[in-house]
Amino acid sequence: MQPIHLAGIDYTILLAYVAFVIGIGWTLARYMKTSSDFLTSARSIPTWVTGLAFISANLGALELVGMGASGAKYGISTAHFYWVGAIPAMVFLGVFMMPFYYGSKARSVPEYLKMRFDERVRGLNAFAFAVMTIFASGISMNALAKLLNSLLGWDYNFGLFVCSGVVLLYVLKGGLTSAIYTEVLQFFMIVLGFAPVVWLGLKDVGGWHAMTTTLQSVAVNPSTIYIKDAGISYAPNAWTSAWTPVLAGPAHNPLGVDWFAMIFGLGFVLSFGYWCTNFLVVQRAMAAKNMTAARNTPLVAAVPKMFFPFLVIVPGMIAAALTTLPDKGYRIPPPIISQANYDKAIADVKSVNAADAVKTIGDDLGKKVDSGKILSLVAANAASKLSDDQIKQGLYNSVAENDYDGVILSLVKKYCPPGLLGLALTALLASFMSGMAGNVTAFNTVFTYDIYQAYFVKGRSDHHYFITGKVITVVGILLSIGAAYFASMYNNCLDIIQLVFGFVNAPIFATMLLGMFWKRTTGTGAFFGLLGGILSSTLFHAMTIAQGNAPGIKGGYLEVDKIFPSEMAQNFWLAAFAFIVCFTLTVVLSLATKSQKTDADLKGLVYSLTPKIVDNNVPVYQKPAVVGIVLLIVCVILNAIFW
Amino acid sequence: MGLDIRWPIGLMFTLIGALLAISGAVTKSDHAISLGVNINLVWGLVLLVFGVLMLLGAIMGNSGPPAGK
Repeated sequence: MQPIHLAGIDYTILLAYVAFVIGIGWTLARYMKTSSDFLTSARSIPTWVTGLAFISANLGALELVGMGASGAKYGISTAHFYWVGAIPAMVFLGVFMMPFYYGSKARSVPEYLKMRFDERVRGLNAFAFAVMTIFASGISMNALAKLLNSLLGWDYNFGLFVCSGVVLLYVLKGGLTSAIYTEVLQFFMIVLGFAPVVWLGLKDVGGWHAMTTTLQSVAVNPSTIYIKDAGISYAPNAWTSAWTPVLAGPAHNPLGVDWFAMIFGLGFVLSFGYWCTNFLVVQRAMAAKNMTAARNTPLVAAVPKMFFPFLVIVPGMIAAALTTLPDKGYRIPPPIISQANYDKAIADVKSVNAADAVKTIGDDLGKKVDSGKILSLVAANAASKLSDDQIKQGLYNSVAENDYDGVILSLVKKYCPPGLLGLALTALLASFMSGMAGNVTAFNTVFTYDIYQAYFVKGRSDHHYFITGKVITVVGILLSIGAAYFASMYNNCLDIIQLVFGFVNAPIFATMLLGMFWKRTTGTGAFFGLLGGILSSTLFHAMTIAQGNAPGIKGGYLEVDKIFPSEMAQNFWLAAFAFIVCFTLTVVLSLATKSQKTDADLKGLVYSLTPKIVDNNVPVYQKPAVVGIVLLIVCVILNAIFW
Repeated sequence: MGLDIRWPIGLMFTLIGALLAISGAVTKSDHAISLGVNINLVWGLVLLVFGVLMLLGAIMGNSGPPAGK
């Protein structure tokens, strides 16, 4: 992709956003007096703000780049992450789990675990979570720096440090409140920045109906646009129906999963594990001003979340459809190839003989190439001398690999004139930066309260922990930068994030579920169950692999006992496996050990020992149970429409 | 927490919306890239309306308790 040049108006919009974000941090700085103000927002924020922040915190690289990528790669089935995954989990969190998180007055999820079980469970969870937030933040910043590099020609390191610097500025000033407020700003920025791109994309491809018709030819022969290897074919509705291809079995849908892995692995384990126990999002609800507001936070969030597939997945589907329409002059971008490699390939196009052309030029580019396209390019150049730019364009179109993470920006670049371009880019930038801010604010709370205060320096003044929180913010950002370099090794960040969630989150949901709803669960059972869950998921990863991957970082480094049709399937099964191991181990060990906690200790922490919340004086449209049921009904309807 | 978030949201989108709309209105172009739609003007106006609504919300919200509503 050629770097583009931003006009004055684009930079003005970008700078306006950065100025407002930093301004919010500065305005809030004077309210930051205690560690609780800085790290937990002192439980003071209105519901609609925490609700929007709740989804926004998760709206980083994962959502925009990853979902767009998966939309192209897998089609509408990607929406299962929302309609099977997120929405039911968010309703469950709001209706059933939030009363314990909020009611226990814990400042973090690990702290709840300490109250419910013991110090060991908290330590394990706090440590695992701290590592995970750093990775998530690093992945998000890596995607951002890559984007700035490929799109604006900024140096990777420069982009990484400048954006981290902006995040550091506003988080350090305004703490969690600053992160939550900017997340709301970013929510509107993303919706309003991307809606026009989706609109123009749909218009270009000929509308919704034309898009689905075009995607039928993609489904029947996905190798024409290099989505799958030659010879693989699906039913025509594989990209446009969410359920029929999945129900037909793993060989019949591009995700390579069956209904059990989808519903149990993704829907139950991964999504509930993420939305119900991940402190990054739960922290937003815990900052709400009262119990009803806290319970309604994930429910408010579920409303826009339900319709996000149209904003984030549909662009990927548009990209796949456009690629098959030759007159649109578009393809899903290939992996980034350096100009030096292009130059070498251009020289060879001019000099090579047809017999060696494919191999030589493929080696020059360092990628798989489409032999038919290379041969016709060489022939076209022999017939009438092409310009270097024409040859480069031809080479670009001949690369038989896709860089799915580039889908969203390639559409932005295709449709946005100066002005709108600035808006869309700012939206992208905003999502990545707030992805980092969200993780860093969760990291500093857990590190300060659950690691530093719990194990290293106990019983100091609040001011001491306030300052510690600020120092840890800086450390967290530096670690994220390190993680960003690590993440730059991967292609589709969504698969990687899911993998990390699988290791850490799948077992924790079993622990949390048993802890909240079975009072017999003991600390020892929870601790070893959790440990066993994490170890088993790591082991599972070490002994299985997805088709097409070499043993190594993608799994199978001990031995290969099972080959899954896709990384996605491997991840879903891994999560399901870890959950079952953790659940079983926790139950068995709990029955074998004696609980250290009395019923009185567990009041407010366990379902059966907590008085039911009676919300009689709450209007009916604010009752979590009522709202939850309505949301689930709408969710079922959406599933049915795209069956 | 002291700051009503509707103020920065409203101000920012009013500003950016106005900027986009004006730029769309004064730029002479066939809008080939955006499929013949003067997207800057159209979308600038959308943002402007959104920004102003947010500002109105902030102003109403600050005028005391929502009496009679």
